[in-house]
Amino acid sequence: MRNAWTVAKREFNMYFASPVAYAVAFGLLLVQGLFFYADFGSSVLFGAPPDPTRSVSLFVTLLLFFAPAITMRLMAEEQRTGTLELLLTAPVREWELVTGKWLAAFGFVGLLVILNATYAVILSRFVTPGLDVGSLAAAYVGLFLAAGAMLAIGVFGSSLFSNQIAAFFAIMGLVLVMWVISYPVQNETGLLASVLKHLSFSDHYYTNFLSGVVNLTDVVYFVTVIVLFLFLAARVVESRRWR
Amino acid sequence: MIQVEGLTKRYGERTAINKLTFHADKGEIVGFLGPNGAGKTTTMRILTGYMPPSEGKASVAGFDLLTQSLEVRKRVGYLPENVPLYPEMSVVQYLDFMAELRQVPNRNERVDEVMEVVHIADRAESFVSNLSKGLRQRVGLAQALLHKPEVLILDEPMEGLDPQQQIEVKRLLREVGAAQTVMLSTHILAHAQELCDRVIIINGGQIVAEDTPDRLSAQIAGGRRLQLEVDGDGDGLLAELRALPGLSSVRVVADGRFEIETAPGPDVRPLIASTVVGGGWKLLELRRERLSLEEIFIQLTREEAEAAAAAETGAPLAEGQAPGSDSAAG
Ligand SMILES: Nc1ncnc2c1ncn2[C@@H]1O[C@H](COP(=O)(O)OP(=O)(O)OP(=O)(O)O)[C@@H](O)[C@H]1O
Ligand SMILES: [Mg+2]
Repeated sequence: MRNAWTVAKREFNMYFASPVAYAVAFGLLLVQGLFFYADFGSSVLFGAPPDPTRSVSLFVTLLLFFAPAITMRLMAEEQRTGTLELLLTAPVREWELVTGKWLAAFGFVGLLVILNATYAVILSRFVTPGLDVGSLAAAYVGLFLAAGAMLAIGVFGSSLFSNQIAAFFAIMGLVLVMWVISYPVQNETGLLASVLKHLSFSDHYYTNFLSGVVNLTDVVYFVTVIVLFLFLAARVVESRRWR
Repeated sequence: MIQVEGLTKRYGERTAINKLTFHADKGEIVGFLGPNGAGKTTTMRILTGYMPPSEGKASVAGFDLLTQSLEVRKRVGYLPENVPLYPEMSVVQYLDFMAELRQVPNRNERVDEVMEVVHIADRAESFVSNLSKGLRQRVGLAQALLHKPEVLILDEPMEGLDPQQQIEVKRLLREVGAAQTVMLSTHILAHAQELCDRVIIINGGQIVAEDTPDRLSAQIAGGRRLQLEVDGDGDGLLAELRALPGLSSVRVVADGRFEIETAPGPDVRPLIASTVVGGGWKLLELRRERLSLEEIFIQLTREEAEAAAAAETGAPLAEGQAPGSDSAAG
């Protein structure tokens, strides 16, 4: 675990050494700012109370595109430049390596979430009885879990390639599939439908976390996705040795 | 310290190394010598735990490579061939990261120490992307030394270093090699001769010779080649030269120019010179040609092939039919 932490610290710092991180942060915050402005404006116009969870769900949606951008280089670049050779000949286990990478990405997204939370803070100054802190907290818990899952998929996708662009599209494809996997069976029942609904990101995210409910099943689901994909990523890294 | 038995690595159909067996003891510097594609890097990657062999056993620093890879990796310092480093990190950041990963005690002091050792301290704050090839090589070397490894495995450590640095690194390796085990690969025979206690020559994935540099060079020097040039067309000289003892072959290259292969034994140059001058020819040049590493390999592998052919009695052998010569030709 100590090694994972060492890897994570280096990788986290690297985010600020590359323009990609700033571009991602800029894009994410810009889009959110626009939506916030529109939201705020319309609630002033129509006198309806603004919904603070909306900026959270927007963040999750945007992560569909930004999670691949944040994670694409993590393993791919090590493979392309050959630095993986030095990591794998140091006393570091594969799972420590991929966990470290994931932690770094998670930390970076955590930072973006803190920036995102300023919208909620601003809102709370304008809404008279105060915001519903409970449901907002649930939305943020869901955000962290969903982000963690997407980033784990990202680490996995990145480990498959030594080309960042290839990794980006593979990750985005995987995340999208996980997101929409239950859409074809949305109005159906039966075994297949219920299995797909259990597998789907959106069914776990939108139905509960966004309505202010933290459900153990949903938490278990996202944690399982994280562990599973990190496990797979470690196996991929290991299998590269055997080629 | 390093024990290797029957090590084989196949990349799909291609056999990169074939049944290597060798060892390196404590306090020994072993040179791994071979042309491009011989399998040096492959062997080193296996010994550092980067990839497993297809077949065979190896133990490094007393631990089995397959079952105790982590223990091996703790005790090995490795300089990979093209020195992969993170370009966006500074030298000191990078070394600090590697030291932390290797759980080096007193990290800051050790990083400073190692930077002094490889003379990179004045560039500590430079980004790796701004370093020259030789400087990067030194950073790679520093990284390999950080945790005071019992076994040092260096893939072409002299590559890209200026002569001054080559001397420094040789001195450093001798120092390290006195107590630890060093294994290094190189294309350059002179480096191996100067530095190594023992040299293993590998070609086409197989060991073709293994000995101390002195004995190896004596063996190699056996078949020295001389270039002779006389004024004029040198008519009649050929017959005279052929009559001399100690020459295994004489060939006319051009008018007045001869190529002479000498048999192992005492230096025949005085004899040749006196024959030329005594016969009334004007001696322009008599030069001993150094066999290049490539020629030594060709010679060594040819001997191997011939030996194999001789062993296979009865079967009419065509050229290059002996095992190993296929891959050597490719
Ligand atoms: N990843 C790989 N996939 C397929 N073949 C490989 C791979 N790596 C090496 N080889 C092959 O294995 C053989 C040995 O290569 P290796 O890199 O060990 O040679 P080397 O002795 O280090 O050569 P050089 O002096 O050029 O560094 C070569 O024929 C090479 O093409
Ligand atoms: Mg090599």
